[in-house]
Amino acid sequence: MSEVYVITSGKGGVGKTTTTANLGAGLALRGKKVALVDADIGLRNLDVVMGLENRIVYDLIDVIDGNCRLKQALIRDKRFETLYLLPAAQTKDKTAVSPEQMQKLCETLKEEFDYVLIDCPAGIEQGFRNAVAGADKAIVVTTPEVSAVRDADRIIGLLEAAELRGPLLILNRIRPDMVKRGDMMAMEDVTEILAIDILGVVPDDETIVISTNRGEPAVADNASRAGMAYRNITRRILGEEVPLMDLNGEDSFLEKLRKLFRGGK
Amino acid sequence: MDFFGLFSRKNSSKDMAKDRLKLVLIHDRANCSPNVLEMLKIDIIKVISNYMEIDEKELDIQITQTQTDDNGNVPVLLANIPIKSMRKVKN
Repeated sequence: MSEVYVITSGKGGVGKTTTTANLGAGLALRGKKVALVDADIGLRNLDVVMGLENRIVYDLIDVIDGNCRLKQALIRDKRFETLYLLPAAQTKDKTAVSPEQMQKLCETLKEEFDYVLIDCPAGIEQGFRNAVAGADKAIVVTTPEVSAVRDADRIIGLLEAAELRGPLLILNRIRPDMVKRGDMMAMEDVTEILAIDILGVVPDDETIVISTNRGEPAVADNASRAGMAYRNITRRILGEEVPLMDLNGEDSFLEKLRKLFRGGK
Repeated sequence: MDFFGLFSRKNSSKDMAKDRLKLVLIHDRANCSPNVLEMLKIDIIKVISNYMEIDEKELDIQITQTQTDDNGNVPVLLANIPIKSMRKVKN
């Protein structure tokens, strides 16, 4: 059965687009037929993150306005056989599409694809309402910062109001060293505050910057820690039980000594 | 005694972030700004003062969360109002 996921956050810059690209590629690597929809009309970015910016002919608005068929606008990612992108329009704005039209688009995509992932724009205005209109499930991305967590809480409330129940959390850009010294909220802190189920934690990782520079999702990079985290999340979406990534890493010398004194806790 | 505990900061920045978030989210979720709460406080003082003399300085009004029977959270308005003396009110 096909499912439509919306990837949302409220706050900008927490990694919605990167998450969408990596989960899409991850699901495609597992043999699923996936459509990625960039719902950020006027500020399209999923195409560059995916490295598909040079292949755009038609976009989401062209499909909705009937300027082209859906198949013509879908760009096939040559690296991941079963991955397709429906890019956002860059010259229009969010009012060019309505929630009803998005809903219809999602219904059509569901006939053809196993998974439809919608990259939601930042904010809580019409762009958000459009992006969630056709979704069955929601993934909320946040980082362990007060601003991002606050906005995530607001989004969780709005998702509930839109009757998208049981959103799942991805905690992005965790820095284990900072968590260890008590200068960054840990996963437990964030889930306690937001009171929703966790889908995955993604470490802050340089390989994400490098892979985005190249336009290649890190999920395909076996050496990438963040890529590993995205592979785990992909497996959880597919229904597998995968333990959360251990982000504690190696103990420092002082930490080892401390544990020794406390009786090796 | 936790020997190493002596060197760790008592109030880590993480705990500060968490405490601040919890407070701000209570207001966000109840859709009530600190400003609105201040206005409510003034009105409550006005009404109660018709019946009793209260200690305005010690008055404390806040919105917190309380657990419902089905394990959900609902916001509640908590008011702690010390009474100095009752006024005589004509029936």
